[in-house]
Amino acid sequence: MKKWHELVPGAVILEGGSAVRFKTGSWRAFKPLWIKENCIQCLFCWMYCPDMSVTVQDGKMTGFDYDYCKGCGICALECPGKKGNKAIIMEEEGK
Amino acid sequence: MQKVVAVTGNEAVANALRQANPDVCAAYPITPATDMMQRFASFVSNGEVDTELILVESEHSSMSACIGASAAGGRVITATSSQGLALMWEMLHIASGDNLPIIMPVVNRALSAPLNIHGDHSDAMGARDTGWIQLWSEDAQEAYDNTIQAFRIGEHLALRLPVMINLDGFIISHSIERMEYLEDKAVEDFIGEFKVVNALLDLDKPKSYGPLILPDLYIEYKRLQHEIMSRVKGVVLDVAEDFEKLSGRKYGLFESYRLEDAEVGLVIMSSAAGTAKDVVDSLRVKGIKAGLLKPRLFRPFPYGEMAASLQNLKAVAVMDRADSFGGYGPVFMEVSSALYGSSKRPALINKIYGLGGRDFLPAHAEETFLELVDIAKGGGIKTIKEYIGVRQ
Ligand code: SF4
Ligand code: SF4
Repeated sequence: MKKWHELVPGAVILEGGSAVRFKTGSWRAFKPLWIKENCIQCLFCWMYCPDMSVTVQDGKMTGFDYDYCKGCGICALECPGKKGNKAIIMEEEGK
Repeated sequence: MQKVVAVTGNEAVANALRQANPDVCAAYPITPATDMMQRFASFVSNGEVDTELILVESEHSSMSACIGASAAGGRVITATSSQGLALMWEMLHIASGDNLPIIMPVVNRALSAPLNIHGDHSDAMGARDTGWIQLWSEDAQEAYDNTIQAFRIGEHLALRLPVMINLDGFIISHSIERMEYLEDKAVEDFIGEFKVVNALLDLDKPKSYGPLILPDLYIEYKRLQHEIMSRVKGVVLDVAEDFEKLSGRKYGLFESYRLEDAEVGLVIMSSAAGTAKDVVDSLRVKGIKAGLLKPRLFRPFPYGEMAASLQNLKAVAVMDRADSFGGYGPVFMEVSSALYGSSKRPALINKIYGLGGRDFLPAHAEETFLELVDIAKGGGIKTIKEYIGVRQ
């Protein structure tokens, strides 16, 4: 840990992208789970996620980045799923 | 070469701001500072400055815009009074916590309720713990001189701190006085070019301002902030020395007036100090060893220097144009803290005066001095805190 006289005045962060080192996943109380067979690949979850924690490869939803997902549940709320069956459900952590 | 003019305090300070040619000004009108920013806006319209003037919808927004512009890398100003300063509150802490050298004249005015637009120090005294440097001015000349020096102080590379320049509402802001303007070029050279530090608009080197700092580091950042504040006194004195070479006018951390051999003294700020100096002179003629100390730098507070100047007096009255209800006046609290560490110290009383623009008259100063003479003779302190000129 830095001592007070080693800090940058004004608490200015002098590098870009440093938030990557701050893993917010530990804040989670509920965890999103992906049910692949109900997914229509609309990517609503990817668009709505405030933490860029929905992983997408080659234009397809592939799951979650649990290092940063805070478990807000927005993706599960917005997910239309298939024929009324959600492709994302929230499950209590530690269950 | 200096130009002698007859102007109001607002006009004088607006001219100092024009001479500093800031990059950005974001302001919202409030009495009695309105006319200062109105004059500055006309400088912008007439092309006399290169400033981007942002008209905002409140003082909270004006300080927010100033913070953004300052972090972006510009020289930034605004001005306000009273409720306006109060509305800026949370942003004042952000300006200082981010180390942004925003320059802000505060035309001191009472706070509501009851509503009152006249001069007292309640606004800026309430803002003393926001991490801003505070300079206080006795007259239009000092307000102008303080504004020019504020740019050099706040923008100093060892500080980068925001500065409030205080002047009494109406008494100074709206009264016409004789004063001297420095030439534009002389001010430009004195202040120097704005040096950009950690600019947000430096897109090749991205930065963040205002990060989340949790219990593991917050107190370290606050300790650092205190350290930077503790460098201010030295910078204020260096800048004052340079300013004296330029203008012939001498400034310090505070002004001592006939204090060296004084037995009784007033500590009094801003315009009322002028009135009290006259009374000191007339009491001296009568053989009373009266003196006066006028604070100029209130944040950071020069505890040691002030204690050294006051410790040999017998009795001192600290005059406050602001109140702390259920407490002593803000200047009194500082002066008594300063003196507590001295082995020798005067008896100390506190007078609250001039709230909401009530006149401070020579008779008030004289009355207070005579009370001090009585205390100095061993008459004892009757009440520590009293109100001057209150009908009762
Ligand atoms: S729960 Fe919230 S943070 Fe986590 S993936 Fe869904 S939207 Fe993103
Ligand atoms: S919102 Fe639901 S259906 Fe759409 S891509 Fe995400 S998981 Fe699949």
